[in-house]
Amino acid sequence: MNAIKKLFKTFLLWELLKGLKLTGRFFWAPKVTIQYPEEQTPVSPRFRGLHALRRYPNGEERCIACKLCEAVCPALAITIEAEPRSDGSRRTTKYEIDLFKCIFCGFCEEACPVDAIVETRVLHYHFEKRGDQILTKAKLLALGDHYEAIIAVDKAVDAKYV
Amino acid sequence: MIDLLLAAIWVFIKVFIIVIPLMVAVAYLTYAERRVIGFMQNRRGPNRVGWHGLLQPFADALKLLFKEIITPTPSNKYLFIVAPVLSIAPALAAWAVIPFQPGLVLANIDAGLLYVFAMSSLGVYGMLIAGWASNSKYPMISAMRGAAQTISYEIAMGFSFVGVLLAAGSLNLSQIVTAQQGGIWHWYWLPLLPLFVTYWISGVAETNRAPFDVAEGESEIVAGFHVEYSGMSFAIFFLAEYANMIMIATIASLLFLGGWLSPFEGIPVLGPLTSFMPGIGWLLLKIALMLFGYLWLRATFPRYRYDQIMRLGWKILIPVTLIWVLVVALAVQFHLAPWFN
Repeated sequence: MNAIKKLFKTFLLWELLKGLKLTGRFFWAPKVTIQYPEEQTPVSPRFRGLHALRRYPNGEERCIACKLCEAVCPALAITIEAEPRSDGSRRTTKYEIDLFKCIFCGFCEEACPVDAIVETRVLHYHFEKRGDQILTKAKLLALGDHYEAIIAVDKAVDAKYV
Repeated sequence: MIDLLLAAIWVFIKVFIIVIPLMVAVAYLTYAERRVIGFMQNRRGPNRVGWHGLLQPFADALKLLFKEIITPTPSNKYLFIVAPVLSIAPALAAWAVIPFQPGLVLANIDAGLLYVFAMSSLGVYGMLIAGWASNSKYPMISAMRGAAQTISYEIAMGFSFVGVLLAAGSLNLSQIVTAQQGGIWHWYWLPLLPLFVTYWISGVAETNRAPFDVAEGESEIVAGFHVEYSGMSFAIFFLAEYANMIMIATIASLLFLGGWLSPFEGIPVLGPLTSFMPGIGWLLLKIALMLFGYLWLRATFPRYRYDQIMRLGWKILIPVTLIWVLVVALAVQFHLAPWFN
């Protein structure tokens, strides 16, 4: 009986029809492809993208040149030089991140006691000239000013897990 | 003299009327293939060039046109150039006898089925010669595989043709179609079902399409016989393959699916409702359906192993067709109703 059943299944191409049914079902199934430039995958608030230096609401820069980030950086991508400012407070004179060395581990952000250096969710950027990969202090502060709204929201969302 | 010339020009015009839509169909078949397989694999397929990617085939064709045709140093130059021509010529020539509608045929010859069979067999020479002329390992292997496979499946295909011509009593394609008159249950797919399935399987094998694409076998022999071809000479092979696919689908719709006949013939409401459809519309619909089957097969099945292909061809398809030819012969002899009375 089983042999006859098997013979029938072989001749009716049963297994093959089952396979066709599966692909036939997927033909009508919704497609999961993200149409990249128009659509983008969601980005986590913790995303470690391009760096930025933040300021306090009164415009004072947060970084106090403690050099913890420089010390923790496993790729030695951060270079800091500092001296007392004219009003006596301690501030950096040079704060540079080499993005070719950076491995985007986020340790600098974790090490920072004043939430000055952060990694934003920005992931679309490019360099046009050699040397552009060095983020100088001016560039970092400008990035911070430009993305402050997004950074603040992301920080607030993540605050309860820190 | 002038009459002869005019007749020749008229034939040329007819040829163009057939070949140009065929080329467009081939272009859009490649698009449809990528789209359908993409859909079945949960992807979208090409959708960037033009509206829903509809200009993609033209972009591909332009790219291939501008590429250099490279002839490898160790190849046989003459045969290397002739091979693509040899593969596309039969694929196009077979269309001469295809009836699209009653009377709408370039050459209404009595041995139409035989001619089509001959032409579809000739296509393998292009592949063989390409494989040999390339003077390279993979094309050689591919040509051998392709030739052996085509020869094996041609027998089963021939026998399924025998069944059809027994049933219709004619080799003329138009007469075969008119013999199927009387609605969907009178078409030959039902009384000749085993032959229809056999024809379809050997048609897929004849055109070297998945799951019988050992001759191309991307994962093992890269692309088989056209590894060494580039630019337009490669594109010609591509055109030939797809033209052959459309050919096989057309023959299947003519022999087994009633060609230009409406499926609703003799059905009370649907019959008159769909009578506005010209015969060629039904034929094109049937061809499209069969072609979708081609793509569906490719999206579903993995490649057959070589010995499995041989086993299926020789030990299953040929005996099945032989037996069913006998059954059909008896049915015709005893005028089995409702098909053969």
